[in-house]
This record gives sequence, C-alpha cells and structure tokens, in this order.
Amino acid sequence: MQELRELYQTVILDHNKKPRNFARPPGANRMAHGHNPLCGDKLEVFAELDDGVLRDVGFQGSGCAISKASASLMTEAVKGKTLAEVERLFEGFHRVVTSEARTPVDVSGLGKLKVLAGVREFPMRVKCATLAWHTLRAALHGEESASTE
Amino acid sequence: MSAGARAAALRPAFDAASVRTEFPILAERVHGKRLVFLDSAASAQKPRRVLDAMNAFYEHDYANVHRGVYLLSERATAAFESVRERVRAFLGAPEAREVVFVRGTTEAINLVAQSFGRTRVGAGDEVLVTQMEHHSNIVPWQMLCEEKRARLRVVPVDDRGDLRLEALEKLLGPRTRILAVTHVSNTLGTVNPLREIVRMAHARGVPVLVDGAQAAPHLRIDVQELGCDFYAFSGHKLFGPTGAGVLWGRAEHLEAMPPWQGGGDMILSVSFEKTLYREIPYRFEAGTPDIAAVVGLGAALDWLGEIDHEAAAAHERDLLLRATEGLAAIPGLRLVGTPRERAGVVSFVLADAHPHDVGTILDHEGIAVRTGHHCTQPLMERFGVPATIRASFALYNDREDVNALVAGIARVREVFA
Repeated sequence: MQELRELYQTVILDHNKKPRNFARPPGANRMAHGHNPLCGDKLEVFAELDDGVLRDVGFQGSGCAISKASASLMTEAVKGKTLAEVERLFEGFHRVVTSEARTPVDVSGLGKLKVLAGVREFPMRVKCATLAWHTLRAALHGEESASTE
Repeated sequence: MSAGARAAALRPAFDAASVRTEFPILAERVHGKRLVFLDSAASAQKPRRVLDAMNAFYEHDYANVHRGVYLLSERATAAFESVRERVRAFLGAPEAREVVFVRGTTEAINLVAQSFGRTRVGAGDEVLVTQMEHHSNIVPWQMLCEEKRARLRVVPVDDRGDLRLEALEKLLGPRTRILAVTHVSNTLGTVNPLREIVRMAHARGVPVLVDGAQAAPHLRIDVQELGCDFYAFSGHKLFGPTGAGVLWGRAEHLEAMPPWQGGGDMILSVSFEKTLYREIPYRFEAGTPDIAAVVGLGAALDWLGEIDHEAAAAHERDLLLRATEGLAAIPGLRLVGTPRERAGVVSFVLADAHPHDVGTILDHEGIAVRTGHHCTQPLMERFGVPATIRASFALYNDREDVNALVAGIARVREVFA
C-alpha cells in the first residue's frame, strides 16, 4: 500500500487533473506523436526550438494519470533548457524510473521529476512515465512519432 | 419423487467453494491479499485435473503421434485422438473428423481465411465482419481482402452493444462470400443471436464462421443447432492449457479446402513431382502438434462434463448480475455495453480515473482485471473510449470476488477523489 501511495502522490494527481502546458504553443516548430500500443495512450508533444534552446513546450492527448502527470511535469522541467540539458535530464529520469524496485535510488538533479521515482516499483507502468519523454526526443530529433514498444 | 430427483433437489445450486479448491492457483496471495481473479476472458486458470493429466501423459505415455509402431506412440496417438471425439461431443458436431486441432482461435480463423477464404473470395467480393470482433477476427480477413482486392464490410453495433440485425440484412449482398462473427463479445459480453444470424446469412447463401473463444467457457454449444459452417475456440480459455484450440468445420467444406500449411503428418505420399495430401482433418495438421496440450484440453472437457452445466450457468448469471448492479450504482461509473443478453464479462470506465490507474490500484487489492482496448480497437472507437476496465467471470469466481471488485472501485475513487 505504501508503494501505491508513493505512485499516486498529491503532485501526480494534481498534474493529472490540471496538466500544465496542455496546449500547442503558438511558436511551436517541432512536433511528434507518441503512442503506447499496449494501453492505447496517445499524446502529441510540441516544442519551440530556437538556437538549441527549448523556448516553449506543450502537449495534448489522453492517457493514464502517470503518463499525463509525467508529460505535464516534463514540460515544466524542460522549458528554457538547452538540448544538452534536456538530454541529461532525460537520462537521469530514465535511470531512476527504470532502476530496480525496492532499492534506494539517487534522485538528485531531478527536481520536481523525482515524484515519479515511485514508478520503478511498477514495472508495467514505466512506459506510461517515459512516453512523453520519448515523444519529446522524437520531436527534437525531427522524427514524426515515438512508440514505447 | 425418486431418490435421484430428491438428491438433485437437495444439492446446493452450485458449490463454488468446492470448485475453487480444485484450482491450486486460487490459493495464491497477491500483495498480501486473497487473489481475486477476474481475467478469465483473457485466459482461464486450470484445475488440478488438467495439470495432473498433462503430467501423467509426459511421465507415462509421451511419444510423437501418428508415427511410431511402438507402444508409447500408440498410447500417445490414442490419447491424442480420443480428445477429437470428446471435442466433437462438446460441440454437438456430427463427426470427429470435422475437428481440426490448432493452437487457438486465432490460428483457426487464419486457417479458414487462408484456405477457405482464398478459394472463395476474389476481386470485388465482400467479406463481412462485425464491429464487435476481436482483432483476430478482423485482421486475417483484412489480409485476405488486401490480397484479393476484396472489400471488408462491417456490421455495426448499437448503443447497448447489440448487433444491428437490420443492418446485417442489408449488408448481406450478392458479393458477400463469408460472414465472420463472434458468439460472445470479449469486451461487451454481448451474446449474439447466432441462430438468427446464421439463418439470415444462409438465406443468401453466405457461409458463417463463428469465433467461439468467449462462448465456449460459458454457453452450451451445439454447432448443428446453430447451423454455422465453422466454429473456433481456444482450449486455454476453457480451463485447458495454452497451445491447443479447435477449428470445427462442416465436412463438406473441409473436404473442399486446400491445405494451408505443408509438412509432415499431413501427407499420403511425397515426391518432387507430386504430393498427395491426407484426408481431413489431418490435411490441416502439418507438423508435430502440441500433443500434451491436446491431452490437457481433453482433461478439461472431462472435468467440465462432470459439472452440472445449468447450475454453473445460474451461478455465473448471479455473479454477472451482482457485478453489473453493484458497479452501475457507483457514481461516475459507466458500463460500456448493456446488451440484451450477457455472458462472462462486464466492461466499464470511471469518470476521473483512467483504466490503467484503476488496474494498478485494484491489483494492490489482489484483484486481477484486464485494462486496455481488449484487442477490439474499432469497438473502443465506436463507444468513444480509449480503453475500459474489464472484469470477467468464470465458474470458480464467487460473490466474495464481486464484493471485492465493487469495494476496490470505491478505493480507486478515494485515491482519485
């Protein structure tokens, strides 16, 4: 039950209910579709990339609380960051959510994203948390779509 | 009243508690809780009888079938072939040679599409499926239509989740070459009025394939009464092991169908100039089959045969009724599919919680449900939902399982309040 409370903590439920940057930014020049074929989650991530910096970022779509909250938290975390910073943040986030369950994990440097660390206790749900990130990276790399498969 | 009738009258309607003890896995604990297994529509659990039969077969009788002249091969062949007769009886089919062993329903449908379909369907012809089909009763036909430049047409479903028969009537046209329809919907639980559907199709000379994957564990099946041309089901949903399923087809169809896979066991003689195929059903069973799985399926049929079907069906109806009523009373919960007649499953969505989150929370209560699109994406589209939560019932479920489900949903609502 403890793991469940950690997974569905207040911050995540709040971002699920009131997702931030839940729109296409007016200056968006990058976009990709994300799809989790296993559960049918679909989202679109938009970015305004200017001289290697993410000026603006947003998303739309439907999905579970974890995928929505993760997308929402991601948009807040990456706004204003350089591509290299975004990549570092993704690597850190990915390492945490895919690390082994029931073992301590270093969440330093993740900022608010650390609320998603509880996902590592739910291997079936890791893809929900990473979908937005894969989609953002696809958008930044000029790919049209990302899939968690 | 005779002694026998009195005993029957005194016997409890259905002893779910005693049935449960025959399924070892139901004693498992999940996250420290009693296992509430509500995903039998995906795959059913196995009674000890089936596990023991497979073990005993491997320990005492195992060898390849139809090959050796030695005793073990003879015993294995007899065990394997005796299941064909038991399947015939289970389906009410006229002849055991009409029973083809396959891996499961999916393979059965692919067999019919690739063999029967390819010889019957040409450019401009039509194949008819319904909006409530499982992907496995859509995609094989789509592949066939693509190859033959034929058209896949779809019988729509109404808001309750029943097939629109008046639309079916209109869709059955001069170019319709086959109708593929499910007996019971794996997502909505709808029991289709098959006899009527078959009658309508046959009136236009259209043969009917029935996907019986969800019906076989719940309904009494009589293919002669249904009148259909093909009937497919999977052993693993019928308390048997994975790896063995059945295609039943009318002998006159099977006789006229070319083989779909070539190999050993399906031939009379092979030369580089010409190969002669064996008679039905062997012509459709190339290669070494999953022998032990077929033996396990036989044990499952034996086990089912000893259960009072009417009493078990009444028990399942009671669970379904309690579940649908209990769930429907929950604020913010919407049932997806309220068909006239239901078997096996109930699907629903919650206003504030996504099915995946519901599935995770229920899992922590020990409750296994299926969440997602259930391999029926066109149907999800029809009902405007990306996914549902599906609880499915088997005869080993009990009222405690239903209560746990309803209480579990209340717990979900607490989390997402």
